[in-house]
Amino acid sequence: MSILTSSDRVAGAASVGRTKRLRPSYWPFVVPALVVVVGVIVFPWVFTLWMSAMEWRIGEEQRFVGLQNYVRLATDVRFLEAMGHTLVYTALSVVAPLVLGTAAALAFNTKLPARGLLRGIFVMPMMATPVAIALVWTMMFHPQLGVLNYLLSLVGIGPLQWVYHPSTVILSLVLVETWQWTPLVMLIVLGGLASLPTEPYESAQIDGATAWQRFRYLTLPMIKPFLMVAVIIRSIDALKSFDILYTITQGGPGTASETINLYLYSVAFTYYDIGYGSAIAVVFFVLIILLSLVLLHLRQRSAWNSGDGK
Amino acid sequence: MSRPLRKLLDKAGMAVCVLLLVSPALLFFLWMLSLSLKFEIDNGAYPPILIPERFAWKNYTTILEGNSFLLYFWNSLIVTGAATLFALLVGVPAGYGIARMRAHKSAVVIMIARMTPGLSFLIPLFLLFQWLGLLGTLWPQIIIHLVVTVPIVIWIMIGYFETTPMELEEAAMVDGATRWQIFAKVALPIAKPGIVVAFILSVIFSWNNFVFGIVLASRETRTLPVAVYNMLSFEQVSWGPLAAAALVVTLPVLILTVAAQRQIVAGLTAGAVKGG
Repeated sequence: MSILTSSDRVAGAASVGRTKRLRPSYWPFVVPALVVVVGVIVFPWVFTLWMSAMEWRIGEEQRFVGLQNYVRLATDVRFLEAMGHTLVYTALSVVAPLVLGTAAALAFNTKLPARGLLRGIFVMPMMATPVAIALVWTMMFHPQLGVLNYLLSLVGIGPLQWVYHPSTVILSLVLVETWQWTPLVMLIVLGGLASLPTEPYESAQIDGATAWQRFRYLTLPMIKPFLMVAVIIRSIDALKSFDILYTITQGGPGTASETINLYLYSVAFTYYDIGYGSAIAVVFFVLIILLSLVLLHLRQRSAWNSGDGK
Repeated sequence: MSRPLRKLLDKAGMAVCVLLLVSPALLFFLWMLSLSLKFEIDNGAYPPILIPERFAWKNYTTILEGNSFLLYFWNSLIVTGAATLFALLVGVPAGYGIARMRAHKSAVVIMIARMTPGLSFLIPLFLLFQWLGLLGTLWPQIIIHLVVTVPIVIWIMIGYFETTPMELEEAAMVDGATRWQIFAKVALPIAKPGIVVAFILSVIFSWNNFVFGIVLASRETRTLPVAVYNMLSFEQVSWGPLAAAALVVTLPVLILTVAAQRQIVAGLTAGAVKGG
């Protein structure tokens, strides 16, 4: 199964077609899509880079300012705080779904009655419209009328302020993100579990290994590449998270849950400071690419270690 | 303990585990349904009521009777439909071309597009649409949704065409068929399952998209997610109708998810894509 990296695909294709065959130019097939990609994807990238070097507010004259927007970013306290919120939010939103998703995959990997239906229900949170579910979470978080505080009161905890207090807001949002995206990790790991060989487990059974030992020394090393894919995808998506945060808190209370993405939105579309907003977009983009490269590098190494090299 | 008994206990334990895992999703959507069917008094009750004595069907009728809700539904349908159809039109041949040319490096562009936050496409395209005088029509949203739909379709189709056998295409080529004939008559029919997967995922991620709409939509061109969000912030709507609206918006997607579960799982794990 090829996931995520193009290098996987290169390797796969090379093993399939060794001989040179059927390779006339297929360019005409690609041209229409290329036009679209250049128009709505590449052009915005280039244009954003150019705008980030301008002082540009909607309705005013724009002028070239070089790197001034970037210098301003380095000393912008609100931006630096947003960076901190983003990192905390992302780290938690990667780890929690990873642990829960792996556990869920192990459970789903057994022969269960109505497995298909259960999996269908399990996957629903990540396919549902984010704004719609965010509205319901907002109601559930309500300190007086929300169902969550009622449930906590049954076990003698609370009441909590959830998204209405700076100290709990990020954790509450991570709860929503985890609820929403654990299924994706589960699906990826489940794919990994399906590809495992059975022989090692049979010999482990003979040797009397416990379930935990089998998981720790057999399953975990073998699904490591899949876990890395899950980490990469989850990291990128958590960094970019917008709908849930915007709908539930809009970065509040105050700016306690304002991430880079939300700050970018405010600067560009509330204050209409296009040049500065573009600079944030560029920094944000570079951050995402750097993180992806680091994770891809780690993944390559982990694939190397757990692969046939030994 | 005897072996069969132990096996049975293991199974029961697993079943309990799965039930525990499924319950957050199940209870959430049940609670959503409950909220949408309760009158204001029941929604404000403490302790909370799961199944009310009287169902507030009027929550749904008031939502649907509002003229603008149907307009927003129509807008969503147009934007998602147009963006998906156009993406299939250009994306399926592109996936075929890239797979056959083995131009796998070009897939990197698609990957980076997936990593880019949606907002960073919005600033330049917003200015472009303003300059073109398109704001206030549905065109800006249709065009910008291509940022989501085109990469999904291309990504899934590359993967799919790589796995389809080449023998038939080679035979057709020997018989003197042109590349377009081969594509239309040989490759396309085989690729139908892949196209279905691409279609479903493209529809879902376009339908769910929110960020493009809040910037580009005017009062008449809102899509459903934006319309529902606006209900929360600008009109003093009570919980019942709000939950009803939220459920109506996401219901098509939920039905599609359960009905086409296998395709969705295949598409997501093969391409590991997500829009936005």
